[in-house]
Amino acid sequence: MEPSTQKLIHTFGALADLGQEIASTGDFTEMVRTSLHLLLGTLALRRGAVAECSEVDSLRCVAVWGLGDDLLREWTITDAERDELLAAEAKECLVRYSEQGFIVRNLKGLTNSGIELVLPMIVRGEVTGLVLLGGKASGEEFSNADFDTIKAMVRHIGVGIHTHRLLEQVAQRAEENRRLYEELRAIYRDTVRAFAAAIDIKDKYTQGHSERVGRYSEIIAREMGWSEQEVEGIQIAGYLHDIGKLIVDRDIINAPYHIDAKRSSDLNRHPAAGYEILSPINHPYADIPLMAKYHHERLDGRGYPDGLTDEQIPLGAKIVALADSFDAMTTDRPYRRRRSFEDVVRDLRENSGKQFDGKVVAAFARAILKEVNGEAKKRPITKMLGKSYLEGENVAGLLTDLIADLMAAPQATVTPIKRITSAGSE
Amino acid sequence: MDKPSGGLVRSHCVGTTAVVYASDYLNKLTGEKIERECRRQLDCGCRALVIDFSDTQLVNSIGISILLGIIDVAEKNGARVVFSEVNNQTIELFEMLGLTRHVVLAKDEHEAILNLSHYETTPIVH
Repeated sequence: MEPSTQKLIHTFGALADLGQEIASTGDFTEMVRTSLHLLLGTLALRRGAVAECSEVDSLRCVAVWGLGDDLLREWTITDAERDELLAAEAKECLVRYSEQGFIVRNLKGLTNSGIELVLPMIVRGEVTGLVLLGGKASGEEFSNADFDTIKAMVRHIGVGIHTHRLLEQVAQRAEENRRLYEELRAIYRDTVRAFAAAIDIKDKYTQGHSERVGRYSEIIAREMGWSEQEVEGIQIAGYLHDIGKLIVDRDIINAPYHIDAKRSSDLNRHPAAGYEILSPINHPYADIPLMAKYHHERLDGRGYPDGLTDEQIPLGAKIVALADSFDAMTTDRPYRRRRSFEDVVRDLRENSGKQFDGKVVAAFARAILKEVNGEAKKRPITKMLGKSYLEGENVAGLLTDLIADLMAAPQATVTPIKRITSAGSE
Repeated sequence: MDKPSGGLVRSHCVGTTAVVYASDYLNKLTGEKIERECRRQLDCGCRALVIDFSDTQLVNSIGISILLGIIDVAEKNGARVVFSEVNNQTIELFEMLGLTRHVVLAKDEHEAILNLSHYETTPIVH
């Protein structure tokens, strides 16, 4: 093969590799190091370095080959010196080591290091950095073809560094946006929780109810395999499920006994009212107004406000409904003490397929059982119920049996009857 | 006995000469392993390096740059470098780029070691 042909093939191979390297999105230092190797290896140059120019006033060596440890790795650069490099590039793109004021001033240490060429990398009118190159291993002078090859490869490396910088800026902005979004979400969550507290303050007997319903809903949804985004959404729905109570007379909410039909009718308006309040808001999570509206619906169609049946009720509303009822059964009321856990489990069993979705009840029972058996890292349910509530002898057995029965039995099919009843709910 | 060290690079020592075997394609990955191994051998006191190219089909630009680095380090350590069993295409490349000004090419490992033993016993005449 003719030497000139072989040289061309070698150079083309290096240019192809350089293009691939620069397009890679991997480690920046490694990209620059490999690019320097490719440049040096194309013409068999024994030494070289690539320095990156910061946006402020410094040049920092990113890759060095064959220059020893005595080379300074960072230099300052003034605006005038930047202009000097820009002018050099405009003239012919590469300069002899001794010809530049900046280089003479800063790179004196290179006199004995064998550096012969200094090439500014200019991209879009900005100094991206410098490439320093030693002589050829053959000892020959650089030919015009060599200069052309060097210029082309240095330009490539400059673009690679510039692109990397842009990508870094984009990544930085994306990170800032992500942080801002997280902050907004935190503000949204805190606002919702404050709202939940405001709702509960209206009812002196159910303080903390909305917060607990949010937490129970979150636990059930996570146990059912919902995504973190969906889990956050249902937690919010739990916090806000009773927001419609804001329009109900405080005397009705705080009545220390069972209320009459008229007052009950007023109270039962709160899910639909909640929907009206929540609908105009652009929530970052789906279906929050619907979960508030349907948290008193029942699978057998005897719930309110619309008397929906099983498949018509959104799963999220079924989860909130169970969380709501569970909290109502496990907290004291003005007219009764809270029910024992055994009693609560009996109620859940009897009403699965009628009031509650069996799959939702089973998921909740599994989550409680994990805490009882010490399999859960945290124990939020135990914390909300009070330490002693789940310490009964047969708690694990009750839950295990409940889960087994619910998994074995198909969802009970019942005839929808339009009548308001409840096993216990707020 | 050949021993893999610094990754998959095979090497062994004959007296103060280290024989390091290059792989089939001398690129960045394999080149850096060979470089590490050569540096290690020099640090251990080897006075000469034989890089055996009997398995090597191709050397790319990065491979050339790394080989120049090895030559540089060897020179700084006062050690000689011999390339053995280089195929014709790679010899042409080394000659074209001027690497042969800095290393001796040997037909095979045996000739390389012979060459180095001659060097070791021949006084340098200026």
